[in-house]
Amino acid sequence: MSSRSLSPGRIAIPVLGLFWLAVTTLPFIFVVFTSLKTQQETYANPVWALPESLNFSNYLEVLQGLFFTYLKNSVIVISISVAIILITSSMAAYALARLKFRLAGPLFALIVAGMIVPLHITLVPVYLMTRDMGLYDTPFALIGPYVATSLPISVFILTEFMRQVPKELEEAALLDGCGPFKIFWKIFFPLSRPGLATVAIYNGIMLWNEFIFAYVLTSSPQNRTLPLAIWDFQGQYSANIPAILAVVTLTSLPLIIVYAIGQERIVNGMMAGSLKG
Amino acid sequence: MTVATHRAEPVRRRRARALSSALAPAVFLAPAVVLLLVYLLYPLVDSFRLSLLAWNGLGETARYVGLENWVRLAHDQVFWLSAGNNILLALFSVLIQLPIAIVLAVVLDEASHGSRLLKILYFLPLLMSSVAVGVLFKNVYDPNFGPVNSILEAFGLYDWTQDWLGDPHLALASVIAVVCWQNIPFYMVLFLAGLASFPRELNEAARLDGASEITIFWRLKLPHLKGTFRTAVLLAVIGSLRYFDLIYIMTGGGPDNASELMATYMYRTVFSSFQLGYGSTIASAMFIVVTLIAAVSFRISRRFETEI
Repeated sequence: MSSRSLSPGRIAIPVLGLFWLAVTTLPFIFVVFTSLKTQQETYANPVWALPESLNFSNYLEVLQGLFFTYLKNSVIVISISVAIILITSSMAAYALARLKFRLAGPLFALIVAGMIVPLHITLVPVYLMTRDMGLYDTPFALIGPYVATSLPISVFILTEFMRQVPKELEEAALLDGCGPFKIFWKIFFPLSRPGLATVAIYNGIMLWNEFIFAYVLTSSPQNRTLPLAIWDFQGQYSANIPAILAVVTLTSLPLIIVYAIGQERIVNGMMAGSLKG
Repeated sequence: MTVATHRAEPVRRRRARALSSALAPAVFLAPAVVLLLVYLLYPLVDSFRLSLLAWNGLGETARYVGLENWVRLAHDQVFWLSAGNNILLALFSVLIQLPIAIVLAVVLDEASHGSRLLKILYFLPLLMSSVAVGVLFKNVYDPNFGPVNSILEAFGLYDWTQDWLGDPHLALASVIAVVCWQNIPFYMVLFLAGLASFPRELNEAARLDGASEITIFWRLKLPHLKGTFRTAVLLAVIGSLRYFDLIYIMTGGGPDNASELMATYMYRTVFSSFQLGYGSTIASAMFIVVTLIAAVSFRISRRFETEI
């Protein structure tokens, strides 16, 4: 037994595990510590020095700014987008998985092919379109592109899911005289709950952190989402490193809190989403 | 009379049902299809149309120039440089991220104590927005106050200190390191899922036969992950070819285009130089490149699909 506990594998595993723990967490520790320092300290003391005192003035300053406006915009945009994604993609998935019509196969392939389209190609036309529609520089400008770019993967996940719903349930409902709309709403939508959860988690996280569309389609801080708070504050505070890192901490906090509550689900949702993507 | 109405009723209802089931697919698909047409397909086609224009994006100044932009693109060294950088990014993503991710997955799979906590912590970078990660590491790399140079100085390695993001020779490598930091956890969890199906009995039997951990890793676990590995390569390559966020945030493609990618070049051409037409040409070219490479890799990986 003792000889095995000394084998290279036995030693390497904890060493590697701790090494990567340091690689992952040291940047976070750097951010939190520095955000609690004064600007003076960051110039005078070495980076690894602990903050001289817990100085929350940076956080106060950020919170008194537009932070909550960014947060509110993010919450509104993401919840509306995810709601529309869930409804439209589950409806489409039901038709593709269960209704028999000639174009089902090709249409499914076409929608799924949308997954490899690099988003940046649509950027300029979507920007022009948003301008023409009068939505430019409103949070609502983001909903259309967010929903559309999330649809291919969502339809894919939900179609796979709905194909596995047993036929008997559907047949029983048909005999009871239910039409396709009732069958979808009473049977398929509720039964797809785990699939819907995956779709909501995956897209919710991706969109919550989305940068480029938010950056291009909005311009004033009142209308921007959380990832852009850091960008805007960076311009505003340019040299005030602790304040910028306080923004980094604050904007990352909401997702980390959500993650702390439902981490297993979130890891699995992210995996299912990206694996299909 | 009564008989007739009794008969007519079901017929009418049946007809209504037949009609509704013929219309049903269209109704169910309409919202998704309309959204995809407006925000995905139309922009895609429009991008090619715009690529034939010379236009600053404002007013009625657009001028049709035919294939002029495409000829310019063919001779544009910055575009080819940025496409090359995309390929470098893809290459290093595969060569750095995947091996580290596999090792970490095996470590997590083996570590009985605290592996759950480790997994939670390892996953954190993936939950941060690219802006947060980018701004964080811009400060980590800061030549004057950043921890990287400070630590090197503390060890007396003054010659090693660098302007990590400002030096054209280092900028791309510095950013790629951050891209790896953010994405390794994703592949780690992917491989972890692959290892979950590794038969425990095989592990036990090999141990009883006196095989070391390292032998088990090379001879049994690695071959078991072959399918997952292919999926990971596919995802890493396609992701790298359309990459934008961290590079734009940390270096903006600079200095002197040293870390330019196709997407950052496209973005700057449109929104900083106001060349909407030429920017759309870059975007369309990017679409062609990504679609071709994706199609080829899908074709290749499909050949091995049974193993995934």
